[in-house]
Amino acid sequence: MKPRESDKKSASLSISVLVSTGRHPITGRPGRADQDSRAVELAMNLQGGSVSLLHAGQPTEECKEALRGYLGMGIDRISLIEQSEHADITEVLTKTLKSSNPSLVLAGTKAEQGEGSGLLPFLLAESLGWSLVSGLVSIESVENGQATILQALPRGQRRRLKVRLPAIATVDESAERARQSAFGPARRGTIETISEASHIDETLASFEIKKARVRPKRLKIVKSSSARDRFKAAAAKSGGGGGQVLSDVSAQEGAEAIFKLLQEENVLKL
Amino acid sequence: MSLTRKNPRLEWIARNRLHPEHAQVMAELDASSSPSQWMGPNGLLRRDPHRVGRMGPNGLKRIDRSGLLAGQAYGSGGKQAKAEPQKPLITIDDPAFIVAVVPDMAGGELTSHDKDVLGMARQLADADPQRQGAVLAVVFGSYRETRFEHAGIDRLVFLEDERLEGYSPERRLSRLEDIERELTPERWLFPDSQLGGAELGRRLSVRLKERPATHVWQLLSEDGEWRCECRGARERSDIVRSLPRCILALEECAEPVSENRYEVKPVELSSTAPETMIRIDNLGQVEVDPASVALGEAEFILSGGNGVKNWDRFHNAALQLRAAEGASRVAVDNGFMPRERQVGATGTWVSARVYIAVGISGAIQHLQGIERCNKVVAINNDGGCDMVKRADLAIIGDAEGVLEALVELIEQKRSEESHHEAA
Ligand SMILES: Cc1cc2nc3c(=O)[nH]c(=O)nc-3n(C[C@H](O)[C@H](O)[C@H](O)COP(=O)(O)OP(=O)(O)OC[C@H]3O[C@@H](n4cnc5c(N)ncnc54)[C@H](O)[C@@H]3O)c2cc1C
Repeated sequence: MKPRESDKKSASLSISVLVSTGRHPITGRPGRADQDSRAVELAMNLQGGSVSLLHAGQPTEECKEALRGYLGMGIDRISLIEQSEHADITEVLTKTLKSSNPSLVLAGTKAEQGEGSGLLPFLLAESLGWSLVSGLVSIESVENGQATILQALPRGQRRRLKVRLPAIATVDESAERARQSAFGPARRGTIETISEASHIDETLASFEIKKARVRPKRLKIVKSSSARDRFKAAAAKSGGGGGQVLSDVSAQEGAEAIFKLLQEENVLKL
Repeated sequence: MSLTRKNPRLEWIARNRLHPEHAQVMAELDASSSPSQWMGPNGLLRRDPHRVGRMGPNGLKRIDRSGLLAGQAYGSGGKQAKAEPQKPLITIDDPAFIVAVVPDMAGGELTSHDKDVLGMARQLADADPQRQGAVLAVVFGSYRETRFEHAGIDRLVFLEDERLEGYSPERRLSRLEDIERELTPERWLFPDSQLGGAELGRRLSVRLKERPATHVWQLLSEDGEWRCECRGARERSDIVRSLPRCILALEECAEPVSENRYEVKPVELSSTAPETMIRIDNLGQVEVDPASVALGEAEFILSGGNGVKNWDRFHNAALQLRAAEGASRVAVDNGFMPRERQVGATGTWVSARVYIAVGISGAIQHLQGIERCNKVVAINNDGGCDMVKRADLAIIGDAEGVLEALVELIEQKRSEESHHEAA
């Protein structure tokens, strides 16, 4: 068991997590979506929060099987809003969230199926008029209608933000890994289906969707008017050469040179 | 030793018998060196085989037929500084439409991702000569970039406002809406990156009620119709669709501009910054323990190999430098470092800005792993090893001594720094 942080105060904070169905990265079997399960983990770790899970989609067996993955994390029920294939779920989710009125909505950054554009949280925030934060990695505290959170930046860096609630947050893939999904709870939990009218996403029909192909590697093109230069650049051994070599220097002089480079590259925090 | 300088123009004229100045140039060259070939009186080219080539160092005549030394005999003698060739400047006075790009400008400079997206914007602007567009870049806060003109920017909106500095998506969004209102660009382009473009681009598309194309990795043009190819379903599918107004593009989506220079003409907005409701407060970047950052993501790595004898000192140096620790396979196999810290073909492929290799010989399996590093520093007592050849800076000497001196230097600078702050 992971230690639970108990100092996260948030009296009766209601959190909705929008979960989608994913695929196992290797076997391709339906299951939890990685980022969404991290969002569930985040919500469950927040003390005093009441967590509800929401999925809108086709109520197929495959989908339900995937949703059971979330139940296996120790969640009692998931609301499944029935939608037909290729439905645009923005409107129905807006309606549902407006009536359940949670303080915080968590979602993954991008879905593992369909367009995966990562646009849904933005659309919901806009139509509900709520705050939006992207790249959430952890929630530090919630008080006075504001949440203090950490946002992921490239290269493992973090930024602290204070956000006014209600808010919609997308969870970054560097957030804490979700706990295992256990078989027993997954069977015991209930999937509650709610039927709602679907709005078909017309634009989607015009898209031509195919299996991802390998992106061509960018070639290093040398633009020079002289053929000799072009040949030399093409035939040159990659890497090596051109570096500064300091031999016969004292350790101090060597250290000075390294220090200078570190400052030029702006990696040293003094 | 005096340098022999080439004069490409004279060489060219000398080669070109039809050039109006040919005779004159040949006469000039004759004066400086005896020619090995000349034009005979009845229009035949005459050669003197005895005058071809030059005497080699050991008294043998060497004839160079590779062309490498061609023209050296024609040296003009004058000094010619080799300057960066001036690229032609392109000006677009009356654009038919505008392609707006909002670069990330990480650290105040265009990132390589920004340049790729600008390259894509140029493709869109220059596609139809009948309908020439202009590329407009929107820059928030202050910047350090000096090479805007080389990145393909015709117009620049520079929004200098300290409140737009740093992470301020809501204020930035409202400024972009102003631009939309005043200039109404035909397209909006953003880098789809964690540095801000992904978020801002989605915010703007949603606000403008335009369905964007996200993760775009290439443009396709079919009889005058633009289409684009996007990555979907987390890398698992490709979506080909017609090109919408808002585009969020991936890295390497297009070639960056390299051939021409552009005007970078400033554009002023007539409206002033409106007050927007701010719901996100930026409390600033958080200090992160470098040891907790995944090696593949680390920006600064201190890596140790078989040449490291004192591992306590190595760990201390990493701590002082606030660098993530890496290791060669030998260091890992010998039990000095955990397996997850191994850099190389069978370990982690790193992409650090600065990679310091301490006592690592630079076996090919290791060098593969550091291919994408920006700057490599080697500390090694063997000046001939492959790591030194790869390194941008190599210190030949005992690793322990150099590390110790570096730590001392940093401690000294830190205490100076804190004195400054106290004063
Ligand atoms: C299939 C395969 C996969 C491999 N994958 C990897 C991989 O992923 N990553 C990897 O790193 N290796 C890998 N290796 C191993 C690799 O070939 C080398 O053996 C290894 O990288 C060498 O490690 P090293 O440079 O630390 O040691 P050495 O080659 O022993 O080099 C030590 C260096 O330290 C210098 N030195 C010694 N004493 C000092 C001192 N006091 N001060 C300064 N310098 C000193 C020496 O001059 C020398 O250059 C792989 C090998 C195989 C066969």
